[in-house]
Amino acid sequence: MNIAVDSTKIPAPVFERSPGYWSSVWRRFRRDRVAMAAASVVVGLLLLALLGPWIVPADPYQSSMLNRLKPIGTPGFPLGTDELGRDMLSRLMLGTRLSLFLGITPVLAAFVIGTCLGLLAGYAGGPVNTVIMRTIDVFYAFPSVLLAIALSGALGAGIFNSLLSLTIVFVPPIARVAESVTTQVRNRDFVEAARASGAHAFTIVRVHVLGNVLGPIFVYATSLIAVSMILASGLSFLGLGVKPPEPEWGLMLNTLRTAIYTQPWIAALPGVMIFITSISFNTLSDGLRSAMDVKQ
Amino acid sequence: MIAYLARRFLYTLPIMLGVALVCFALVHLAPGDPLVSILPADASAELQAQLLVLYGFDRSYPEQFFIWVIRALQGDLGTSIASGRAVSTEVMKAVGNTLMLASVATLIGFFFGCLFGFVAGYFRDSWADKAASFLSVVGVSVPHYWLGMVLVIVFAAQLNWLPATGAGPGGSADWAFDWAHIRHLILPAITMSVIPMGIIARTIRALVADILAQEFVVGLRAKGLTDFGVFLHVVKNVAPTALAVMGLQLGYLLGGSILIETVFSWPGTGFLLNSAIFQRDLPLLQGTILVLAMFFVLLNLLVDVVQSALDPRITRT
Repeated sequence: MNIAVDSTKIPAPVFERSPGYWSSVWRRFRRDRVAMAAASVVVGLLLLALLGPWIVPADPYQSSMLNRLKPIGTPGFPLGTDELGRDMLSRLMLGTRLSLFLGITPVLAAFVIGTCLGLLAGYAGGPVNTVIMRTIDVFYAFPSVLLAIALSGALGAGIFNSLLSLTIVFVPPIARVAESVTTQVRNRDFVEAARASGAHAFTIVRVHVLGNVLGPIFVYATSLIAVSMILASGLSFLGLGVKPPEPEWGLMLNTLRTAIYTQPWIAALPGVMIFITSISFNTLSDGLRSAMDVKQ
Repeated sequence: MIAYLARRFLYTLPIMLGVALVCFALVHLAPGDPLVSILPADASAELQAQLLVLYGFDRSYPEQFFIWVIRALQGDLGTSIASGRAVSTEVMKAVGNTLMLASVATLIGFFFGCLFGFVAGYFRDSWADKAASFLSVVGVSVPHYWLGMVLVIVFAAQLNWLPATGAGPGGSADWAFDWAHIRHLILPAITMSVIPMGIIARTIRALVADILAQEFVVGLRAKGLTDFGVFLHVVKNVAPTALAVMGLQLGYLLGGSILIETVFSWPGTGFLLNSAIFQRDLPLLQGTILVLAMFFVLLNLLVDVVQSALDPRITRT
């Protein structure tokens, strides 16, 4: 008797891949129209920052004493000119570059440093935790604006000092979130199982802890970018960040303060850019939070 | 309760010491000689050495820190390098002005934050919720120094209703409760109130929605309690957190007033900080930051104590 089975007759088992975590997050996020709008503004701003020097309509550094403070809608200067007769539209466009760089970099740096510190403190526990978290408590005891201004005031004006002081401001809150999530995850059964089966501490952190910690911190960090944009431009507004003649929104707001009686709406323009950026990141963060179902 | 208070206070002491250490370190973080702003360019080496001894910069860091802390505890924060006056006098005068501005701003923010938060939480997903939530996102996202400029443009430059700068007629820095002074307070206070407004509205919206979904509310309604009676229960449950957030916001405004004070030339601590930074007046910088940070730490302590007194569910451990 022929018992050979014709393998083609057996139906192939159907492996229906359940949609992964990220694809379901994306599906939920895509339905949120407000968050999608915010995300597209953010992408647009990032593109503007990348392409800025190649798409500006006029030279943003070219000043002209004859064309000072031309009103919005002047032929050749769609958004008018600033106090030195430079084209506002070009300066606002090119300003995206430095403003976004100054706002986003400290949060990225704090994201890396804060996550590492929080993971270390949360996973190691004991005296390591005490030392790290009590130090962070001290920095937490300063209102963030005060700490940022005090640090960059003491260090002196400049782009690097402004980045450094903002990073120091944002490490403590991120480390706190990372530490609290790590401490929760650390006592879960799957971590215990991994440890029992001989996994190295580093592997456990990388595979089991990090995956659970990154989501909440990522959501939190996007909302910090909104704060960081306001603070970074605020430092330049005070004269503690970018130096003239570089176009940066906070600095532009500062130098145009003298024009609030002559060309008030031009003087307000750079602030509109900061506002748009900040509200987009805040809305994006809210959208991510509900799509990723992160508790506040 | 007393044991809890004592423990909570003891826990604050190391934080205070750490804060003092950070303030002290700021001066030594600063590049360059701390005396550079008062020394003439051709100062002799003796004069330089004399001044170093006078300001105590010749001792070792731990020694300097110790002396500084002891003196600060006695209310002596040193002498301002630029003006030659006692730092404590200058700071205390400025703190009064900032406290005035920040408290009024917090009250305005608290009122509107509660209003928007309750409306949004009660009528979830209605147009009122969307409008209130939008306003609160605007509140936390708007660069407040820019909002201040816009308000100056509209109400001072265009309409000429309110003064643009200063805290009183003729640039006087002494506060008085009359219309001539209150006029000066309106624009900066409104500008400053926007941040706590947004944060309080967000917090309350989430809390109200959370409380209304709980079973005891259904129970109260089933027992026939009026809507107003239920509302009072919600208020009682929201109050501890709302007050805590308000207290912390006051602290943030006190420390973060520098940008708004710069826009409005308000003679407070922010203004003082600004001049300390640009004249490189390190004792003044150090003293102002120390006082503001200590205010914040004490306010945190107060908020914790009040919150645990209001809400018996918070375990006093």
